[in-house]
Amino acid sequence: MRTAFIKALVELAKTDQRILLLTGDLGYLVIEPFVELFPDRFINVGVAEQNMVGIATGLAEAGYVPFVYSIAPFAALRPFEFIRNGPVYHQLPVRIVGVGQGVDYGFNGNSHFGVDDIGVLRTQPGLTIIAPADDTQTKSAVEKTQHVSGPVYFRLGKDSFELPDLNRSFELGQTQQIGSGRDVLLVSSGAITREAVKAANLLEQQGIMTTVLVVSSIAPVPTADLIDALSSFEHVFTIESHYITGGIGSLIAEIVAEHHLDSWVVRLGFDSLLNGSLGSAAFLHERHGLSAAKLATRIGEYLRQNV
Amino acid sequence: MEQPAFPTQIRRIILEQAKRANVGHIGSALSIADIIAALYFGVMNIPDPNDPDRDRFILSKGHAALALYAAFFLKNWIPGEMLDTYCSDDTLLAVHPERLLTGVDFGTGSLGMGISYAVGAALAAKIRNSKRRVFVLISDAECNEGIVWESAMFAAHHKLSNLYVIIDLNGQQALGYIQDVLNTSPMGKKWEAFGWEVKDVDGHSPEEIIRAIQSCEQESTCPHVILAHTTFGKGVPFMENKIKWHYWPMSQEEYSQALESIEKRP
Repeated sequence: MRTAFIKALVELAKTDQRILLLTGDLGYLVIEPFVELFPDRFINVGVAEQNMVGIATGLAEAGYVPFVYSIAPFAALRPFEFIRNGPVYHQLPVRIVGVGQGVDYGFNGNSHFGVDDIGVLRTQPGLTIIAPADDTQTKSAVEKTQHVSGPVYFRLGKDSFELPDLNRSFELGQTQQIGSGRDVLLVSSGAITREAVKAANLLEQQGIMTTVLVVSSIAPVPTADLIDALSSFEHVFTIESHYITGGIGSLIAEIVAEHHLDSWVVRLGFDSLLNGSLGSAAFLHERHGLSAAKLATRIGEYLRQNV
Repeated sequence: MEQPAFPTQIRRIILEQAKRANVGHIGSALSIADIIAALYFGVMNIPDPNDPDRDRFILSKGHAALALYAAFFLKNWIPGEMLDTYCSDDTLLAVHPERLLTGVDFGTGSLGMGISYAVGAALAAKIRNSKRRVFVLISDAECNEGIVWESAMFAAHHKLSNLYVIIDLNGQQALGYIQDVLNTSPMGKKWEAFGWEVKDVDGHSPEEIIRAIQSCEQESTCPHVILAHTTFGKGVPFMENKIKWHYWPMSQEEYSQALESIEKRP
């Protein structure tokens, strides 16, 4: 997704002179296409993420659209107060790009995990939050936010892949659906949608028919689409590579409560501190019950016990 | 200087409004009255507060905003009735500058952030080949914040000669004297080491402040820092260098005495 992102940004920057790219000294073998084409519009601010967001605020006030690039926790959490007091408070078009959503940086450990960025950033009024589900959505998300006047956070996966069944592009404030099963609704966001789709296929083999609802536009909240989808299902499972507090599961629970829907919501995500045994993202998903196989097993068991 | 009386006018407004609203931060505002007067009436090019090519100003030590509001009023950017809403309900004039108030380029209040915005604003002007300059007023205690030094490093590396940092060097912080809380000296040598042009001035001499800024090399390859040596609470002897006047509001008697003191100043 990060490669797809840079490709899309390069295309956009060819015609939109407002676009600048700032990095906190990260992006080796990713950002080069932009740097080569637009050396004067690229600034490595050094290892200083707070300053990067502060500088971006000053640049945006003067009419630029600065993209600030780092690994998710360094992009979203280290400079959080700068995001809050800078582009959010001043309603300026700073684009914050957090790469390595969830546990994508597996072996790098806890410091590099983006498992709390949505929960923290979702508190901020007027901050658009996007977690594309694949490369195609990444591209369309970059394009479709070109003229958003306030700040945007892109929560990007590290890996490059396409979800063939996801045939609708990203739209602000809308969801996308994969499948049309009537038994359970799986609500997924971001790169882990890949696991959710595989889990749906495994459930189908058990005779459980699913719909996967993809929430890439986390803010603005796709309220109408969510109410519409949630109203049709008694059993809803939220799937996210994020702590279960504050993320998509929380968002869905808010919608269900506020709109008096009858769905039972089960939040599947990280429910404990991610320390101790480390490994690849695949290993960590498996260990914490978020691999396709584990998801299918958990959902199947839940349904057997509760339906 | 259009009028030598601006610093005194600013001080009078600070005292009147602080008394009317019964709030503190008086000493911090008095400390920068002469700097604000110098910048707004002798240095900055702001034909209109909405002119995109105006010089930018950021009061990074936002808690001294009352001095800024006084300047806005004296510039006729805000009417007297608006000034009189300072710290009343439904006001745009709060303890720290709110961005939607005419004249405020960036809202501040969280120490250290203003200089980082200023660096971005100066960089934008450079990229765009604009002649506009960026001025940011920070406090010496604010230099406790790591972001000040991140910004200092970046500005020097990128040769932001259109950036002017003015440090209100009054030697005090909220809970004590800087030398006791977290020593920042030698301030000048630190900035010099970071690659900045450093000028020392009497922070209560608007003429000296103006001269120092004018003498900065316009075509130089480094950003500029003006170390404005100030007295906390300047102009009101019973407040001068007293920690309690960071937060304390005035009694009626103190107010009368304070007013009398500032009128006496040459």
